[in-house]
Amino acid sequence: MRAFIKKEFFHIFRDYRSMVILFGMPLVMVLLFGFAITNDITNARIAILDNSKDIVTHQITQKLISSGYFLLEKNITSQNDIEEAFTQGKIKAVMVFEPDFARKLKTEAQAGVQIILDASEPNTASIINAYASGIINTYSLVLMKGLSDLPVKINVESNMYYNPEVKSVYMFVPGIITVLLMLVSAMMTSISITREKEMGTMEALLVSPLKPYQIIIGKVMPYVVLSFINLIIILLLARFVFHMPVQGSLILLLSESLLFIIMSLALGILISTASKTQQQAMLLSMFALMLPTILLSGFIFPIKNMPLILQYISHIMPSKWFIIIVKNIMLKGTGIGYFWKETLIISGMTLFFIGMSIKKFKIRLE
Amino acid sequence: MNQKEKIIEVTNLVKMFGSFTANYNLAFDVYKGEIFGFLGANGAGKTTAIRILCGLSPPTSGKVIVAGYDVSLYPNKVKANIGYMSQKFSLYNDMTVKENFRFYGGIYGLSGKEIKEKTQFFLKKLKMEHTRDIVLSEIPLGWKQKLAFSVAIMHDPKVVFLDEPTGGVDPITRRQFWEMIYESADKGITVFVTTHYMDEAEYCERISIMSEGKIEALDTPAKLKSNYGVNTMNDVFIKIAR
Amino acid sequence: MSVHININKICKSYDDVEALKDITLSINAGEIFGFIGPDGAGKTSLFRILTSLLIPTSGTATVGDYDVVKDYKKIRQSTGYMPGRFSLYLDLTVEENLNFYASIFNTSLKENYDLIKDIYIQIEPFKKRRAGDLSGGMKQKLALSCALIHSPKLIILDEPTTGVDAVSRMEFWELLKKMQKRGITIIVSTPYMDEAALCDHVALIQGGKLLAVDKPENIVKSFKGSLFAVSANNMHKLIYDLDNLMNTSNVFRFGETIHITSNIDDDLLYTENAHKHLSESGYHNITINRVEPVIEDCFLALMDQDMVKG
Repeated sequence: MRAFIKKEFFHIFRDYRSMVILFGMPLVMVLLFGFAITNDITNARIAILDNSKDIVTHQITQKLISSGYFLLEKNITSQNDIEEAFTQGKIKAVMVFEPDFARKLKTEAQAGVQIILDASEPNTASIINAYASGIINTYSLVLMKGLSDLPVKINVESNMYYNPEVKSVYMFVPGIITVLLMLVSAMMTSISITREKEMGTMEALLVSPLKPYQIIIGKVMPYVVLSFINLIIILLLARFVFHMPVQGSLILLLSESLLFIIMSLALGILISTASKTQQQAMLLSMFALMLPTILLSGFIFPIKNMPLILQYISHIMPSKWFIIIVKNIMLKGTGIGYFWKETLIISGMTLFFIGMSIKKFKIRLE
Repeated sequence: MNQKEKIIEVTNLVKMFGSFTANYNLAFDVYKGEIFGFLGANGAGKTTAIRILCGLSPPTSGKVIVAGYDVSLYPNKVKANIGYMSQKFSLYNDMTVKENFRFYGGIYGLSGKEIKEKTQFFLKKLKMEHTRDIVLSEIPLGWKQKLAFSVAIMHDPKVVFLDEPTGGVDPITRRQFWEMIYESADKGITVFVTTHYMDEAEYCERISIMSEGKIEALDTPAKLKSNYGVNTMNDVFIKIAR
Repeated sequence: MSVHININKICKSYDDVEALKDITLSINAGEIFGFIGPDGAGKTSLFRILTSLLIPTSGTATVGDYDVVKDYKKIRQSTGYMPGRFSLYLDLTVEENLNFYASIFNTSLKENYDLIKDIYIQIEPFKKRRAGDLSGGMKQKLALSCALIHSPKLIILDEPTTGVDAVSRMEFWELLKKMQKRGITIIVSTPYMDEAALCDHVALIQGGKLLAVDKPENIVKSFKGSLFAVSANNMHKLIYDLDNLMNTSNVFRFGETIHITSNIDDDLLYTENAHKHLSESGYHNITINRVEPVIEDCFLALMDQDMVKG
């Protein structure tokens, strides 16, 4: 078995192009998502239509501007000017405070701010929306403590609490960890097993006294190690480049990752039993694993915005559950008590896939 | 048949890979309509030489003229005037016989009408008309190789290169394959062939035997046998290559 | 200590293709047994059944005392198998390949060095070279070393000499003879008919059927009729004319001559007859000699018979 694992490492290290990709990918992905494809905005120009002009609206306006995200382009005075303000093209949003804002807040415990957005850039618009309502909500909470215990009628983005600086890299790191663990574990194992089939060396392994589980463990062990190295690279990058600490227990994070890696490996073996060539294995991993991991796990697109049917499908995505766990540990710093259910789901999936792949792994050539 | 017309002229061909000399001063001519056997041990430099002759890789030094064109100056002209077939690379297994003909005919710029006629002609000659719409993977190896040869000479090349065309083919089909070779040689197509079957070496009009990058012998099979004082080509080969 | 093999009515079909049709034969312990036949004859399928990699559609086979289906673990322990594609890791060096194959059989290169010394010594100078950079002949020797490293009592070699030059082939057979002296049973397949003479017993196989199973010299002896080698000035035309003039289907080009099988008993009469026919048709430099058949002649004749029957 030791020799088997050694041989597997030889394969990996000899093919340095793949190795560069394997280790370069976490770097590139984290840096790309952290810097380039950023969701952060700075100095977005806004206009304000303050129909109330009281102390509260004034304070909210100050909060918005002092946040650094927004730049007050102009104050407008009537509803009719909104259209014109947009057509000039400089501003991205208009905040409209309803009349008697402060008084309504005091007597009725709710008051309305309307955010009108230039949706021709949907992404920016939604970010501005999120940031602005975040700032307003934060303010309203401060206000609430002094005023009343009645709830305030504005939606609060829950992640705001745990990401007070609203840095998008915080959101992406758990997703990148998930994608990479999945990719390295499942895709690389399935490819390396099918390569043996293609090269005809599987024939020689099968006629040897090696037992199927020995072949499987020998093939997957190196990828456990590689996945772990990748995980650590990402965590180090997050910590030292983006100053994103792991709030919860590191040991817990690593153990949960190990569980997820084992599940991905089992999936990889399963894929390899279903494919005859490396190409098939790669395409299968891409379509069956990568795309759903990126699209349906809540990594990029929030699950709750999806059509109902996709929401149901997302439940069977192991990555969805793993992202929840990672976010919990990394951002909220919570313990296993908060995500034992998710852990259980992944454990169940792991057992299922291991069982399936052992059952499907053939001791003969047919 | 004009014995004097040279189709392949090789003078002082040298090919180096770094400090390793794969072809050392090769020099030979091949005439129109000749069947020329190109023999040698594995690793003797045959594959390198064939690549150069086909215009796939330029020689380090020396002059190589194939079908009237210098391979280093006009590799594309050379490629248009030769046919190539090997045991490993021949036809597409996931296409039908007809589609293979159409594809290769198209590559060599044959018109749709010509392709149709040629397909008809070759399939009839091989008595394989019933296989027209069959996917190649379902056709036995020997038939496949015969088809591949037909495809390789479909555009009437001046010379056709056959790299171990009969490996693994049954003895009857192997002989039928050689009959096809003779027939095209009769029509004036030069045939340049490599093989590991030593009896096939005797089917060639002249053969060269390479060893360690050099051509060690070049003559008719009969002369080679008498020069080395042995009875079979196998013995000649072993004497030279060992 | 070596292993005999019994194959009893083995059939193997893939979907609707019959790869093996009712194969029955036995292989003696300690002999070199050759399966001679072209690609697609069924050699690989049969070898995969013997190495327990495939389950026969019907029929049984035993290797030593073990059944190829039930006792597959025992068979895998004691058999050395060299698959058709050599089964080497091309990105590993010669030495690493050997060490790896040794380790999966729980042994080591050191332990069994003696066994493979004769072969390994020829490739040892290149032991740090990657298998992918070796020439065909050296790859083949490395693959044989890998198949022998666990000192099997039986080795099964699927087309070890295909695509390998005549010199390497000869050296390879010399090595097989040495292995045989150690009491190892050797089963080998090849498309090269001339290698048949080097085996103790051969099976000629074509289209999933056995054409003949015997000692090579007996196969040659059982050739029916007398064989003549004919040559003349225009060989290409000659083959067609012989076909027509001599009224026999067994006309095959053979090296520099054409082999034809006589259909009458009197050799002299036949020769004179043929000579007359040919000179009348305008041939000169005519030579006609009676020759002893070789395995390939027998294979051709048997194939021909089989086609007439089928």
